[in-house]
Amino acid sequence: MSKRTVELSVATPGSDAQGNPLRVPIPASPADVDPELGGEHLLVNIGPQHPATHGVLRLVVELEGETVVRVIPHVGYLHSGFEKLGEYRHYNQIIPLTDRTDYLAPMSNNVGVVLAAEKLMGIEITPRCQVLRVIACEMSRIISHMVWLGTTSIDLGAFTPFLWAFQQRERIYNLQEMWTGARLTTSLTRVGGLLADVPDKFVTDLRTFTETFPDTLDEIDRVLTRNAVWVGRTQNIGVLTAEEAINYSLSGPMLRASGVPWDLRKDKPYLGYENYDFDVPVGEHGDVYDRFLVRLEECYQSNRILKQALDRLPEGPINVDDPRVILPPKSRAMNDMEAMIYHFKQVMEGVKAPVGEAYAGIENPKGELGNYFVSDGTAKPVRWRIRPPAFINLASISKMAEGHLLSDLIAINASVDIVMGEVDR
Amino acid sequence: MNSSANALQATFGNAIGRVVDARGETIVYVSPAKVRDVLVWLKQTAGQDYNYLVDVTAVEYRDRERPLEVVWNLRSLSSRQDLRIKVELDPRGELAVPSVVDLWAGANWLEREVYDMFGVTFTGHPDLRRILMWETYAEGYPLRKDFPLRGRFSRSEQVRQALNVNPEGHYSMEELAIADAYDELPRDMRDRLARGERDKIPNSE
Repeated sequence: MSKRTVELSVATPGSDAQGNPLRVPIPASPADVDPELGGEHLLVNIGPQHPATHGVLRLVVELEGETVVRVIPHVGYLHSGFEKLGEYRHYNQIIPLTDRTDYLAPMSNNVGVVLAAEKLMGIEITPRCQVLRVIACEMSRIISHMVWLGTTSIDLGAFTPFLWAFQQRERIYNLQEMWTGARLTTSLTRVGGLLADVPDKFVTDLRTFTETFPDTLDEIDRVLTRNAVWVGRTQNIGVLTAEEAINYSLSGPMLRASGVPWDLRKDKPYLGYENYDFDVPVGEHGDVYDRFLVRLEECYQSNRILKQALDRLPEGPINVDDPRVILPPKSRAMNDMEAMIYHFKQVMEGVKAPVGEAYAGIENPKGELGNYFVSDGTAKPVRWRIRPPAFINLASISKMAEGHLLSDLIAINASVDIVMGEVDR
Repeated sequence: MNSSANALQATFGNAIGRVVDARGETIVYVSPAKVRDVLVWLKQTAGQDYNYLVDVTAVEYRDRERPLEVVWNLRSLSSRQDLRIKVELDPRGELAVPSVVDLWAGANWLEREVYDMFGVTFTGHPDLRRILMWETYAEGYPLRKDFPLRGRFSRSEQVRQALNVNPEGHYSMEELAIADAYDELPRDMRDRLARGERDKIPNSE
């Protein structure tokens, strides 16, 4: 009995004088355990079919003992050629493709792509549409972070937060379904407006959500933030300094966890984000733990934004009053000659964009999602480029993981918050 | 208008081509020979301080007479300004621009993607391999305009190749060398790997 107690105290040795958690001492190299084992390097293949790689990511890892010497990532298993497909489609027909890029936050992608198209065409959207798009973006941020929290906690051995997080995500999915008719393939936006206005029950249901959702966050906070196992497995793991984070072009929570206060919603506001009262959480150490704290706090802040958006949701149309961009109502198209012509031209020819190009970046849950359109004056873009935040963030994984243990690689990979639909596009 | 455009014209003279300012975005065309100097200058000069590389990509137009463009989207986090640098290349000539991986580590995968999709070589890149397509992909560069939407090979040929992939080809020579597994492979497999055959079907050509 007493022996068991000793073992437990070794497993969770408590904290040092500065309050940092102590770790179980691990021999630096296999040669310390047995001289015969020195110099042997092992090649381990993780993925592409492995639950801890969060999709079809493949990591070829060179190990010395349990220490990662080198990580060689292989991506592209889910490459679908979205950018090529976009060159053969009208601007509105591109929107369904964006559902399938970052499929954990589809509505936010829909917003990103039409913002670029509207910038290209010089379209000003209506006030109600702006607020509804903000709601869509923040709902997406919450579900994306909930998936991140759930899967990461499972990777690190905590099962319960996964269930809580997915329960909350399910509530947003129900709202998403109420609004767009789809849970994942939302295709919410249209150039110059939205697919549909929110249904009557939506506002009250979302308000109920915003009132009860922080309770779950509090619970997750209570279970994880000061949990010895969680802290021990995440603090000082995968550290990137602010300079390194900028040099690796990281964005979103990855960049902010390293202490760079950069958030497009504050620094290059779009959709009227400058009128909302919210804070941007910034980390200090740039490790996995700080990324967790930043994402957790972002959920609270998104909830704040949702509340404000619901309070100020103005009445009025959701679509711009421009028959060249927005389809006329079906009743008019069937009875009014002019409306029918516009309907025909839009369906057959699409919405034409002027010659030129436009880049619009939005703060997606994963980081800066950029959409870059180049137009030659036709209804289909010459080039549609997605700046994929997850792809660019993932590129730093070798830098972060080398020198850590293999089990830490799982934590580091989880902390990047990748979604392979977007990495491979 | 981004003031860096004027500063660039003053510093580099006729290496700077036209400057376009539209929709709040500034685009500066630079001659291919000088583009690396321009990017170094933009990153390292005090007052410019473009320390963040947003994106590297390329554009090919449907009009075959127009040059292919390589695009760098730069950002200064301190002044919150964006600047787009473009280089025009003749698609019939050699497609090569200097790499900027030593300036921005984030350019590594972005340049690999442009190489993979457009066939633009980034000279000085430490590890210029295909990234989204597999390394022995033989159909060409998917985002070029002369590449058909369904690929160059017929569907049956694509299926045939997919079913006939060489299983030992999933590790690169470098990776196999790490594990010492290379020595344990049969001689014919080693020969094929040494000739650079990875996912290709033996004797298919």
